[in-house]
Amino acid sequence: MIQRRGWKRWLLALAVLHGIVAFAGFFAPYDPTEQDRERPYLPPMKIHLVDAQGHFHLRPFFYAEHLRGGSFDQFEETTDHAIPLRFFVSGARYRLLGLLPSRMHLFGAQASRIYLLGSDAYGRDQFSRILYGGQISLSAGLLGAGLTLFFGTLIGATAGYYGGWRDGLLMRVAELFVALPWLYLLFALRAFLPLAVSPLQAFFLIITVIGAVGWARPARLVRGVVLSAKERDFVRAARGFGATDGYLLRRHILPETSSVILTQAAILVPQFVLAEMTLSFLGLGVPEPMPSWGSLLTNLQQYSVLVSSWWMYAPALAIVPFFLVYLGLASALQQDAGTGKIEKTTDGT
Amino acid sequence: MVRMTRLSTFGKLLGCGLLLASGTVLSRPASEIPQQARPSEELLTLPGELGNRGGRLVVSLRAEPKTLNPLTAADAPSREVILGAMQADLIHINRATQLTEPALAKSWKVSANGLQYTLTLRKGVRFSDGQPFDADDVLFTFRVYLDENVHATQRDQLIVGGKPIAVRKVDAQTVVFQLAKTYGAGERLFDGLAILPRHLLEKVFAEGKLAQTWMLATPANQWAGLGPFRLKEYVPGQKLVLERNPYYWKQDTKGNPLPYLDELIFLFVPNADAQVLRFQSGETDLISRLSAENFSVLSRQQHGYAMSDAGPGLEYNFLFFNLNEPGEKISPDLAPKMKWFRELKFRQAISAAIDRDAIVRLVYQGRGAALWGPVTPGNHRWGNPAVPHPARSLEKARALLRESGFAWTTATDGEPALVDSDAKPVEFSILTSSTNADRTKMATLIQDDLKQIGIRVQVVPLEFRSLIDRVTQTREYEACVLGLVSFDADPTPELNVWLSSGGTHLWNPSQSHPATAWEAEIDSLMRQQLAAPSYEQRKKAFDRVQQILAEIQPMIFLASPDILVGAKNSIGNFHPSVLEPYVLWNVEQLYFRNTSENVRR
Repeated sequence: MIQRRGWKRWLLALAVLHGIVAFAGFFAPYDPTEQDRERPYLPPMKIHLVDAQGHFHLRPFFYAEHLRGGSFDQFEETTDHAIPLRFFVSGARYRLLGLLPSRMHLFGAQASRIYLLGSDAYGRDQFSRILYGGQISLSAGLLGAGLTLFFGTLIGATAGYYGGWRDGLLMRVAELFVALPWLYLLFALRAFLPLAVSPLQAFFLIITVIGAVGWARPARLVRGVVLSAKERDFVRAARGFGATDGYLLRRHILPETSSVILTQAAILVPQFVLAEMTLSFLGLGVPEPMPSWGSLLTNLQQYSVLVSSWWMYAPALAIVPFFLVYLGLASALQQDAGTGKIEKTTDGT
Repeated sequence: MVRMTRLSTFGKLLGCGLLLASGTVLSRPASEIPQQARPSEELLTLPGELGNRGGRLVVSLRAEPKTLNPLTAADAPSREVILGAMQADLIHINRATQLTEPALAKSWKVSANGLQYTLTLRKGVRFSDGQPFDADDVLFTFRVYLDENVHATQRDQLIVGGKPIAVRKVDAQTVVFQLAKTYGAGERLFDGLAILPRHLLEKVFAEGKLAQTWMLATPANQWAGLGPFRLKEYVPGQKLVLERNPYYWKQDTKGNPLPYLDELIFLFVPNADAQVLRFQSGETDLISRLSAENFSVLSRQQHGYAMSDAGPGLEYNFLFFNLNEPGEKISPDLAPKMKWFRELKFRQAISAAIDRDAIVRLVYQGRGAALWGPVTPGNHRWGNPAVPHPARSLEKARALLRESGFAWTTATDGEPALVDSDAKPVEFSILTSSTNADRTKMATLIQDDLKQIGIRVQVVPLEFRSLIDRVTQTREYEACVLGLVSFDADPTPELNVWLSSGGTHLWNPSQSHPATAWEAEIDSLMRQQLAAPSYEQRKKAFDRVQQILAEIQPMIFLASPDILVGAKNSIGNFHPSVLEPYVLWNVEQLYFRNTSENVRR
């Protein structure tokens, strides 16, 4: 029973993380595409409590930054004027969850922009971009995994249940797909598609591509479970009572595959997030100015950014908690499925 | 007819070719001892700091040169090695003053009608293998350049007024060049035309194998030139080693023979960031063609080297629209967009909406200049000061768009969106070269600029070859950001950009007849400047061309980057120029101040 609570805890953590990204409009102070052309590659700002004169402030504040005279990449703080950090401020327009128009942001400031994680080459707020970028990367992962599992289950169940030539054909195709160098396949697929695609089209393209390539492994797993499940006594009994194929699959066989599918989902989502990032990193993903975690990392391809703008690594760190929680969930689910089986088998005998 | 203006990333791409031959490593017998100045020779004396003899200079090349043959060298690394260090021309353009000066020809005369050039050659000059140089070599060289079967890259440049230049020998030291029509740039024509050794190449030429000769793996004793350095060793995939040419025809003010350096080594380092690392670690002595970001990284921690900003070069970057005649095969998507592009006020509005200062600041970190015409501030003689430099104005852009029938509606996301008179939203895509981060950045800035007047732009980075193919062949594109670099500050090498028949007339290339009245006017002005006898008359014609370009905006000029270079502190006579080759143009005068450091190496 402890194990059951274990995966619930992981799920809660996951919900919190996804919630932050889903409500990026609220948590991010600015529009991710808004440029501040006076402040390219601005390092993260410091939040102060004690000002330059040594006075303590209850409300956290920061100093606006400007380019040091004669320089184009060195900034300094304007310490004569403290700008208090404000919460629940009205700012850039956005749509909460893509639906509700709103202007409310968790934090912000008047008179100057605050850069918690610095800015990129165009002076866009890196913090806002990471949050919004997560929307694209995570939903590509989630939708891609959903698509993959749908096709995987469909094909795996068909192959496992009906067997014979259908099984042979589908599994040979699946083997072919597993053996394919899928990254290059993605390149090839992308190259055939039109040049200029809108961000939305590009997004669905990526999901389709990821989904089309990734179905083979879950299909094989599901087939295995279905093969063993269809020989179970209660399935045979149901068939003996005249149950149809559809009924058998729906009521008796597919529920058996649920733990495999859930575990697969927890593994596939981060894997597909990574796939989206790879594509975007190589310039095949969602085009500028829309951010995604992969396209945020493309800046790191330049030596100058690597050595002088450490905050540009932040998108790489952002994925770490997501991956940890997904993998934690996957292993908790697996353990849970394991204990569940043992319970079932002991019940049976 | 004219020298090709190079699309500035072209060389980079051409340069990524395969190795052409396996390298046999051969070096010259050590018996040839550099001689002291010989009195019978008419040496050219160069002013400048006196240097120490010795040392080896290491520089990185971004790709392996494809050839050592000046006839077939089209890629930038080959040109840099051949013209910068191994070969010499009759009359040379001084990269610092941008004026012509005597080289292998010690003097020249132009006839009153401007058609006949009489060049007097320097006496006693010898090739790097010790063989004498005279008028026969010049005659042979031009015969080769003009031979149709050789397909020399220089051939077009030597056909003036539709006829090849006729070359006649008067005596061993005098050569006469006869032009069919006056050539505006005059003796600048001879710059970069390497003089070939007849004694080595005549036989190969007779056999018709000239274009295949002088590959990188050529044994050093089968190669000869008139430049400051000669071939020593080629290691495939790694480096090209040149050694001092003991017969070089220049000396310093004290009569010491030039060059000062013993060896010049080109390392093949294909990646710009890797070049920066090599320079930072002291493996290479000079670095050029730096991006502003890498320049500031290197500037931050200068250990034993100094970085310098030579000012704006000749590269100009611009946005242009597809102004081709919409043919029958044009896609239905593109046809209405081409209607907007042909609208003069539409182009003027785009130009007014672009924040050029932001481009200079964000793309070049302030190390560049905003542009309103093709002549950059680095070009001292040809800029037209009358071309206006209007500041960015969204109000003006909106007014211009309104005047030509565009209007604004509210898009689904609440942002204002520009629509044309048929209520079709104004959207287009801008192609950029995926290998050029600077231009992709410019396009991204333009994207944001135009969003503010309700135009949606998509930036499409494309591999350079397919980009050029789209622009010049299939012509299936909407807009494009590109850059051009000229080899010379003179407008004549740019003829193929401005003439409507030119292949680099990017917005509508290779027209049989000028499509518009203003293109016809530019054509006639460019021909005028070509034929005009005096600089003032030529300048007047080219000033008018700049004015037309500023008004009609077939290209919306954006910005020009500074030439950013660096050199070790120990290198003397280092004077980077804004003309190519930026740092090696005076390689014969470069020297190491502290030779003990080099002895250690």
